[in-house]
Amino acid sequence: MSGAQNREAVFPTRMTLTVMKGKLKGAQQGHSLLKRKSEALTKRFRDITKRIDEAKRRMGRVMQTAAFSLAEVSYATGGNIGYQVQESANKARFKVRARQENVSGVYLPQFEPDIDESINDFKMTGLGRGGQQVQKARDVYTKAVQTLVDLASLQTAFVILDEVIKVTNRRVNAIEHVIIPRTENTIAYINSELDELDREEFYRLKKVQEKKQIDNARIDAENKAKKEARLAAEAAAGNTNEVKEVEALAAKAEGGDLIADTEEDVIF
Amino acid sequence: MTTESNKNRTLLAVMGDEDTITGMLLAGIGQISNEPNKEKNFVVVNDSTTEEELANAFTLFTQTRDDIGILLINQHVADKIRILIDTFTNPFPAILEIPSKDHPYDPEKDSVLRRVRRLFGE
Repeated sequence: MSGAQNREAVFPTRMTLTVMKGKLKGAQQGHSLLKRKSEALTKRFRDITKRIDEAKRRMGRVMQTAAFSLAEVSYATGGNIGYQVQESANKARFKVRARQENVSGVYLPQFEPDIDESINDFKMTGLGRGGQQVQKARDVYTKAVQTLVDLASLQTAFVILDEVIKVTNRRVNAIEHVIIPRTENTIAYINSELDELDREEFYRLKKVQEKKQIDNARIDAENKAKKEARLAAEAAAGNTNEVKEVEALAAKAEGGDLIADTEEDVIF
Repeated sequence: MTTESNKNRTLLAVMGDEDTITGMLLAGIGQISNEPNKEKNFVVVNDSTTEEELANAFTLFTQTRDDIGILLINQHVADKIRILIDTFTNPFPAILEIPSKDHPYDPEKDSVLRRVRRLFGE
């Protein structure tokens, strides 16, 4: 994706230049902010990953302990209580609550165990053989499930963070490789167009000045010729007739009204 | 990241062998109701359970039902439907692989840990 030729389609005016400059500044700020966010999230992510690793291994051991206690129950009750347990399940005593936690702008869910103590439909505990073992197994398993709930919170946080980090990184890259080069190119284009307009202005100005200079030089030359002609006429004769002729000549040369014309050496 | 729809996810579901189910139900996570599709939140898996049944149960717990927050699944059961689990990327319900009495926990096979390792391998 070559950003070298891409630029936005705008009219090259001074106002759009200011707008583009503002955009560039905004993009650069946004880029640095997002990068910082991404780094913070990644740090958190690694932290969670380590905890998940530890927690999973711990869970393996916890479940094993729980399985042993269940074996004890089977031993004590002399049989398999599986069927009874399945049949007596009615309302869930152990539920979870999802709580939202804000971690550097990301809402991560946390599972909390929600134990309803009022529900107690096991008629097996306390009665008959092995009631004590059943109770013990129940406690062990409750603790095990609590560990599992913590682990599930970590895992969900992990999955969500993963997604958010990917999105943030994508945005950072987009700003860095697409938006900023484009805006810079647009600014360069506008500047070059404005410079060219200035140059055109300047050239036009110079041309006009040149023309004016030529005109002025021409007028100077004409006036000089007029003056010389008049002086020559006065010097040649004091005769009024001739003066009239000269005046007529002068009038023709000037091509205008003698009265309306002001002579250069008349000071008013 | 809708919080409203996820507030209802309060139950845990279990897919595992009989001993695992017994233990979990002892802890009190079992719930039975009369609503269709929500009769039981646990599935007993034994040697005669087919992969199709497992796949159906998995889909039921993760997509059809909206009140499951955490799905516990034995690792050897998860191996049978590994593909489904690997492609499941929603944050809810959280899929947790637990060991069973006969199959101790193997971190190599865990979907989540594999993803972790893949990320760090990059």
